[in-house]
Amino acid sequence: MTIEEIENQLVEEFGLFDDWMDKYNYLIEMGKSLPVIDEKLKTDRYLISGCQSKVWVSAEMKDGKVIFKADSDAIITKGVISLLIRVLSNQTPDDIINANLSFLDKIGLKEHLSPTRSNGLTSMIKQMKLYALAFKAKMSK
Amino acid sequence: MKESTLNKIRSDFPALNQKINGRPLIYFDNAATTLKPEVVTDSIATYYNSINSNVHRGVHFLSQEATDAFENARISIQKFINASHSHEIIFTKGTTESINLIAYSFSKNFIKEGDEIIISVMEHHANIVPWQMVCEEKGAKLKIIPMDDAGNLIIEDFENLITEKTKIVSVSHISNVLGIVNPVKKIIEISHKYNIPVMVDGAQGIVHKKIDVAELDCDFYCFSGHKIYGPMGVGVLYGKEKWLEKMPPYQTGGEMIKNVTFKKTTFNELPFKFEAGTPNVGGVIGLQAALNYLSATGLDIIYDYEEELLKYAIEKLSLIDGLQSYGTASNKSGVISFLLDGIHQYDAGTILDKLGIAVRTGNHCAQPLIDSIGISGTIRASFAMYNTKDEIDKFAEAILTVQEMFG
Repeated sequence: MTIEEIENQLVEEFGLFDDWMDKYNYLIEMGKSLPVIDEKLKTDRYLISGCQSKVWVSAEMKDGKVIFKADSDAIITKGVISLLIRVLSNQTPDDIINANLSFLDKIGLKEHLSPTRSNGLTSMIKQMKLYALAFKAKMSK
Repeated sequence: MKESTLNKIRSDFPALNQKINGRPLIYFDNAATTLKPEVVTDSIATYYNSINSNVHRGVHFLSQEATDAFENARISIQKFINASHSHEIIFTKGTTESINLIAYSFSKNFIKEGDEIIISVMEHHANIVPWQMVCEEKGAKLKIIPMDDAGNLIIEDFENLITEKTKIVSVSHISNVLGIVNPVKKIIEISHKYNIPVMVDGAQGIVHKKIDVAELDCDFYCFSGHKIYGPMGVGVLYGKEKWLEKMPPYQTGGEMIKNVTFKKTTFNELPFKFEAGTPNVGGVIGLQAALNYLSATGLDIIYDYEEELLKYAIEKLSLIDGLQSYGTASNKSGVISFLLDGIHQYDAGTILDKLGIAVRTGNHCAQPLIDSIGISGTIRASFAMYNTKDEIDKFAEAILTVQEMFG
């Protein structure tokens, strides 16, 4: 599926909840079921430090697509991470670089991406795009 | 506090009349900034709508009015903290600027290589980093007063830190993370035995305790307007005349000079020597309005009520399983910091916000303290005179909801 298709799918899934609590419960479930990142990767090299929560993100290239793995010490942050991974992982570097991620606004979770929230998510997206850029540069060599 | 007084107070704060996420706002982030009573915002509007002139400069009528209002405010603040002279009150942008001013100007004349500065483990970054910069620049050493598990500063250790090289001690009056009221009077007494001046960071102290700088005998006391119901962007540095006289200006420019030629500039007298440029006149007038409001409400009534609220909150929260409090020493004021077992503070804060409750989560700009406890942050609830026991009940219920969601 393309990034846009996955985004639309998520908007639809979240559209089922009229209550914020159901939405957050769903997000918490997704956070809990996020494949846990290898403890070996939880080092400063992969750490994005917000003053509220920590985020680790790593990336590898497989068959022309970028595979992301990430984790956080906070569950809600993890939930948002799991959405971002669903959307951005297993996509081409170009698609990742161009993704605008407007779905987070549409499902009412944009507040978690505010830089002032300092939960590491804004930096995480930047980092994911930087990985994609680096892989793209490597490919064109 | 009488219910009618509490209701009157609540009606004076328009920000309380709003809903957050569909629920009435419960504002427990007062240690970050307090809400403002309407008399404060009115006083600022009146200043800009009618007087709005620069101070100490013009001969025209409005300029004189502005200068009178500004200097009256200085006298009000002098009286509020019982300083000996109005020129010992310096207006700044806030506590942070006050501390930076002292660190810069004091160190210029009194700190040299090998000297020592003492702070405590529970300082806000604003009372750590300026001194670190001084130490780096001068080759001086920063020494830290430790605390025990309950959050009490260890006074015996403090006295042992003092050497003949110690030049200044700078400690917070009340910890912004733990709410612990530090024994500043004792620290000042000990320091003065060795002729060492003491700066007290009163950012949290000013709103919960009667501050009498003469009785405390502190050499410097700093606070911000916005944490005592006044506007943001205005703060106070109180300094004893004998120190301020011997310190060079912090910033230079207009107002702070006596005579300027291209060869040499001589500086103005206190307090103007430390107030370069156009001051925040509206802010100063707003701060005065806030202090007047507090005095009219009755300081003792407010302090007693805040103590009652804190006690009630501690009791309520102690009934919740899986809640860990930090800073359990008995001498506390205004603030409680805690964590919920297995729940990250960011997650808890996010859900509390959804429930209309404003708290602060994270390291509260006191990373060394949080690190020394061995945690990554806390949830902090901080109270003000307009908060109620009913709000604390709702807070306790909300914590149970949080535990349920993440359980």
